[in-house]
Amino acid sequence: MADGSIGLWTVPLAVLGGAIRVSTPFLFVSLGECITERSGRINLGLEGTLVMGAMSAYGISYLTGSPWLGVLAAGITGALLGALHAGICSLPRVNDVAVGIALMLFGTGLAFYLGKPLIEPTAPRLPAIDFGWWSDIPQVRAALRVNVLFLIGVALAPILYWAFRTTRWGLLLRTAGESSDAARAMGHSVLLIRLRATMVGGFLAGIGGSFLSLFYPGSWNEGLSSGQGITAVALVIFARWDPLLCLWASLAFGGAAALGPALQSVGVTSGYHLFNAAPYILTLAIMIITCSPKRTLTGAPAELSITR
Amino acid sequence: MDFGRISRRHLLQGGAALTLGAAAGARPAFAAETTIGFIYVGSRDDYGYNQAHAQGAAALKKIPGLKVVEEEKVPETDAVEKTIESMINLDGATLLFPTSFGYYNPHMIKMAAKYPKLRFEHCGGLWTDKDPKNAGSYFGYIDEAQYISGIVAGLTSKSGKLGFVAAKPIPQVLRNINAFTLGAKSVNPKATTQVIFTGDWSMPVKEAEATNSLIDQGVDVLTCHVDGPKTMVENAARRGAFVCGYHTNQSALAPKAYLTGAEWNWEALYPKFVKMIAAGESIPNFYRGGLKEEIVKVSAYGEAVSPEARKAADEAKAKFLSADGFAIFKGGLVDNKGKTVIAAGTDRGQKDPELEKMDYLVEGVIGATS
Repeated sequence: MADGSIGLWTVPLAVLGGAIRVSTPFLFVSLGECITERSGRINLGLEGTLVMGAMSAYGISYLTGSPWLGVLAAGITGALLGALHAGICSLPRVNDVAVGIALMLFGTGLAFYLGKPLIEPTAPRLPAIDFGWWSDIPQVRAALRVNVLFLIGVALAPILYWAFRTTRWGLLLRTAGESSDAARAMGHSVLLIRLRATMVGGFLAGIGGSFLSLFYPGSWNEGLSSGQGITAVALVIFARWDPLLCLWASLAFGGAAALGPALQSVGVTSGYHLFNAAPYILTLAIMIITCSPKRTLTGAPAELSITR
Repeated sequence: MDFGRISRRHLLQGGAALTLGAAAGARPAFAAETTIGFIYVGSRDDYGYNQAHAQGAAALKKIPGLKVVEEEKVPETDAVEKTIESMINLDGATLLFPTSFGYYNPHMIKMAAKYPKLRFEHCGGLWTDKDPKNAGSYFGYIDEAQYISGIVAGLTSKSGKLGFVAAKPIPQVLRNINAFTLGAKSVNPKATTQVIFTGDWSMPVKEAEATNSLIDQGVDVLTCHVDGPKTMVENAARRGAFVCGYHTNQSALAPKAYLTGAEWNWEALYPKFVKMIAAGESIPNFYRGGLKEEIVKVSAYGEAVSPEARKAADEAKAKFLSADGFAIFKGGLVDNKGKTVIAAGTDRGQKDPELEKMDYLVEGVIGATS
């Protein structure tokens, strides 16, 4: 302890810190996708939305000097991409999965193209709230430097859980997702419900992207997302379309991402590729344990093109 | 991401054609227009490895009569062969620079054998007599600059614990880690370097996690060997640690934390190659050089570097620049498993090809290659 090192305690601390630092983009994208999929549509384009959000947030923060304006810009960019997805999917005989893949490529490509001049400059970052004030160990304090977006994401999960069950728009959303005929019989436009749901989903995914470029790792470059948007979309299925499970799954993925580097730092050096693959092994294991050939996935919206 | 590649290429070609049109009145340095192809493994603007090469390519674009075609984000697979084919057959490239380590064998070798009249120059490969004569490999002894970074790091660190964020355990990376450590140990025998491998060239989240984990372990000076050092530099500086840069100068990102760094100098080498070809000289198939040959350079010292560290680093630099040179890897070298890797009495000079097959970490490095 005298030399400022905390030895093996690094590992649990890094997993805790990683869960807080790395999970936020997963959380926002998966909650956004949860809303979209509950309305009966799947938007695979959120990887592109995440990257576009990261780029636009960094650009706006750099140009205006206000990271919060950057977050807002990321959200709006995400909502517009969501509207584009929903708009194309409103046309007859359009496959939402194919549109999603196209928009994923479109979003990442556009972000890389527009983001070229943003790689070198340094934009103002989002502030952190120091929750480690009670500790005099610098490592604990560093792990507990939390961004307010993480707190918003954590609060959003139970709010969505509650809203899906009890509010009018939550029920409408689920009706559109479970039976579009029923929603139509009630006099609601299914396309309009899905447009709104996809836009809200895109808005959240864009904000998830702003966390990547403005807080952690905290700068814009083309490898920034490295597939986190895709992982988060898969995470929704893994979480059975339940916002609370999305929260736990995001935290687990964040912590698992920190495991590989942390183990190497304390000297567990063999098989680091295996530890780096921990999040994916975790997914596979849970998928295998929970799947059954006798029934469809519990919680899957009936209108979803992948389950229909 | 594969998409957009063609259109971007065509855009670049259009741009190059425009520049040439403007320069049409200027005296042509080459009898016919020569097309040179550059292939990058990542983004040209990564503030790191690929950008250093792209700056070298940009230096060639200024020479009249040269046309440069570029393609970025080409994976180290069959994809690079397709890119080489299209650069040759569609763009008429006669000189190719595949700049990533994994392009060399078998991909570039195969292409060089297929097009024996064209010239292939690979960065980082290990050319041997068995390889085609029209293929060459060039590289810089950037470990010399890393050794100097190590000296500065060793004299700046209070804990004596240094950190290294590395991508993959390949010889070039291991050589940098070892040179950095030996530099630090030359001024502080108790210094150790903790290494973390992220597994790939560009993994920003892993690099940030590695940086945080190292600092949690008491590391107070960090360096790296990944494609874009920006993530490590910014995250380490935020935690109050010092950094040594890599590939290009990153001091603008963290002026207070930036000590020094190991930089490439391809802007100087590539025009030299082209002039050699234009003059009818042949480029040696195995082309190497360090600080003395100006293929690599050391960043200007940051404000946090003490006069003592500056003096020690300048002395080491003078040794590298001297006529005799300086061997970083001397006889009696022991790896971190206790095995003697260079027998006593046989110093391995910088040009020794054995060093380019390095598969060990020296004593003082905490970490393993697999």
